[in-house]
Amino acid sequence: MGEAGLTERHIIGMAVPRKEGRDKVTGRARYVDDMTLPGMIYGATVRSTIPRGKIKKINFGQGIPWNELVVVSASDIPCKNCIALILEDQPCLADGVVNHPEEPILLLAHEDRYLLRKAVDAVTIEYEGLAALLVMEESESKKEIVWGADNVFKSYLIEKGDVDSVWENAAHIVEGEYRTGAQEQLYIENNGVIATYNAEAGVTVWGSLQCPYYVNKALMALFGLPEQEVRVVQMETGGAFGGKEEYPSMISAHAALLAKKSGRPVKIIYDRAEDMAATTKRHPSRTRHRTAVDANGKILGGEIEIVMDGGAYATLSSVVLSRGTIHAGGPYYWPHVRIRAKAVATNTPPHGAFRGFGAPQTIFAMERHMDRIARAVGVSPIEIRKRNFLKTGMTTITEQEIREEIDLGGLLDRAAGLSKYEEKKRDFNTAKNGQKKGMGIAAFLHGSGFTGSGERYLNSVVGVEGLVDGSVRVLVSSAEFGQGTNTVLCQVAAEELAIPYELVAIAQPDTTVVPNSGPTVASRTAMIVGKLVQAAARGLKQTLVGAGLLRETYTPGEFRAACQDFVSTHGELKSYSRYDAPPGIYWDDAKYKGEAYSAFAWAVYIAEVVVDPVTYGVSVEDFVALQEIGKVLHPLLAEGQITGGVAQAIGFALYEKIAWQGGRMANNQMTNYIMPTSVDLPLIRVFFEEKGNVHGAHGAKGIGELPMDGPAPAIVNAIEDAIRIRFDSIPVLPEDIFRATNMRPSA
Amino acid sequence: MSPSPERIGKQEFSFFLNGEAVRVQALSMERLLDVLRMELGLTGAKEGCGEGECGSCSVLINGELVNSCLVPIAQVSGARVTTIEGLALHQKLHPLQEAFLECGGAQCGICTPGMILASVHLLDKHPKPTLEQIKDGLSGNLCRCTGYMQIFEAVRKAAYGESSR
Repeated sequence: MGEAGLTERHIIGMAVPRKEGRDKVTGRARYVDDMTLPGMIYGATVRSTIPRGKIKKINFGQGIPWNELVVVSASDIPCKNCIALILEDQPCLADGVVNHPEEPILLLAHEDRYLLRKAVDAVTIEYEGLAALLVMEESESKKEIVWGADNVFKSYLIEKGDVDSVWENAAHIVEGEYRTGAQEQLYIENNGVIATYNAEAGVTVWGSLQCPYYVNKALMALFGLPEQEVRVVQMETGGAFGGKEEYPSMISAHAALLAKKSGRPVKIIYDRAEDMAATTKRHPSRTRHRTAVDANGKILGGEIEIVMDGGAYATLSSVVLSRGTIHAGGPYYWPHVRIRAKAVATNTPPHGAFRGFGAPQTIFAMERHMDRIARAVGVSPIEIRKRNFLKTGMTTITEQEIREEIDLGGLLDRAAGLSKYEEKKRDFNTAKNGQKKGMGIAAFLHGSGFTGSGERYLNSVVGVEGLVDGSVRVLVSSAEFGQGTNTVLCQVAAEELAIPYELVAIAQPDTTVVPNSGPTVASRTAMIVGKLVQAAARGLKQTLVGAGLLRETYTPGEFRAACQDFVSTHGELKSYSRYDAPPGIYWDDAKYKGEAYSAFAWAVYIAEVVVDPVTYGVSVEDFVALQEIGKVLHPLLAEGQITGGVAQAIGFALYEKIAWQGGRMANNQMTNYIMPTSVDLPLIRVFFEEKGNVHGAHGAKGIGELPMDGPAPAIVNAIEDAIRIRFDSIPVLPEDIFRATNMRPSA
Repeated sequence: MSPSPERIGKQEFSFFLNGEAVRVQALSMERLLDVLRMELGLTGAKEGCGEGECGSCSVLINGELVNSCLVPIAQVSGARVTTIEGLALHQKLHPLQEAFLECGGAQCGICTPGMILASVHLLDKHPKPTLEQIKDGLSGNLCRCTGYMQIFEAVRKAAYGESSR
């Protein structure tokens, strides 16, 4: 870019180069396993082999020079033995009892990685087994109480109107039960950290992580240290998808304990088998719908009951359940509704954050259920949705009034046109050549940012700093892990300052350098953190103008000179901005009513599938993903978010199944936990509508999680269209289709 | 991590790494991946699964695409090994690296070095590949971020000088 014309604002909406892209394509990008410190040794974890029991004895086996190994147990923890998050129920190291397979019990460290592995295998633990709850129904039955008073981590009740009044006037009452399985995030870079400890500086951790200040909080509690003595640095992170939201606090804690005891830097890098077996996955769910509709297919009201399996400790289950609950009604108008939701404890490793955060589970149920309602009423899947879509001025299930201009019917028509839905469906349904093809629709929404009062509690702060060379850097704890944080936040700052994108860089997230701009989750970064970056950049400009160094309009050269001048005179130039809740936002946490999200993204996805009559395998042949996400800040990154999310959701629908054995993932290898490869996917066609959003940076809404919500129900709806067999549980594997096809009573 | 190599003494192995002759002391069953990363300081090849499924450790041996987590160092004696670090000449990126940058082929970046080497291998075999050949050629390299679409675009861009968009 030349200097001319740069005060014109045109960086937003451009596909500028990814900030760290060059490092990534040359192999120079530094991930934690690429880093080595002098004197560094390796750490490893001895884990529980049973789902629940008392630890009776720990045996250190033969043939290992135990005096050379550093061994850490719960008794070495300086302060609180917990991973502080929402509750403090999860121990860092099991102390006397274990509540799930793969629960950490002992930590070992040695400089020889091969010996270390043998040492882990040489530790045997004797248990007194206790009865374990392996699935949510066992937890609900309360045959054992394994958590709290009733095995329930959290429950919600949403009541809108008077649902008991709707049944007698209903033309149809439609019921259904829908299930989704656990899903592994399967970032290609496993969890890993390096930690150091010394008495003066405290703990430092470099890691693959999403939320530097979550790790900071957890280590403060574990070590009893003040914030400034816990330094957390995010390294380049090789995928996360929620899987590096809470777990990095655990592995960081382990490495830090070993570093303290050994006095040396300690690296812990999980191998794939350990990462898959021990770390979090998407919550398995069961959602039941009972819906009253009138003769025209209009929803009169309904009851929705949601259960999510949280695993052995609370971790993030309460908030995953919250998002799932609020999204359970889909993009539809419910005059009357009652939703009961609960997250229950079982003796599996804790389930946790995964892109979509509860919404993919309940939207799967809602969108499968809409097709069931359509069939009961005798109208098309398109028509049933159009008759029930939310419109501007209507209220959601939390009684949030939709104030923005929305046209979901128009969105659906456009998606139908793009996919040639009507023509293809007609052709497929009347085909005489035995082909098994079908079309399926999902319409859905996804709320941007933390739920309800969440953003207010987070109280995020961001900084923008002018440097002595006249360049600018953005100070946020928001982490880049592929989604484009670095690029988009620099675009926002450059646009606001009217300087070239190349003049803006982003600081490596380091809790001693960057303020707490909140966790990198919840589709909040571009929209909410972006807006704060915009405000901080404006503040920086005003400082320079106020100091008489800059006029209201200026060239980039003048900006640089002013910046240099200010920094050489005053030492530093920093501008901070703190979250300020938009006016008129009301949320009642007790009744779960009010403005759940300051913006929703809206979408209609359409899948075309073919079911192979010989292998029973399903291929998605075409996929249209149309969404209204406010202003598209970076078209290439936005499209990449959608294609990636759709691919991950195709895995959720058709491939990815955890084989549970005694509460443990048995197929914890990429060989037999199957994610989509390059030959498994259709052309994923991405389309945007841009309507703008007053609460987001330059009109942006959240986008990261949205594409995870719709594909699974669209695909399963298409399978039903193709073979007239209903599947209400995912994943749908070829063996499920085989079984259903061959068990079906002959016509 | 691989099973413990036999605890015999280290031996010297020599091969050509990115065009230069190198000698390295290693146990004969040590994985090429570990030797590259830990002995030779080339960390571009990544360990994703350690069992040859994900392809993030891909390198070229005598022009063939291999998973370096499955190759014992003894097997590369005298061979030509190319890693991601050997693709860019001085400061000039390889056309595939340029195309990955331009088309959004790299998101988190962890699969990118292996994916680019798989693409180099693919274009060696099929200089003007069809979409099916691209899909097949990259099917041993997993990417969890992109859904592959922008990677296909990048390969097409490098092969044809323009993408289909």
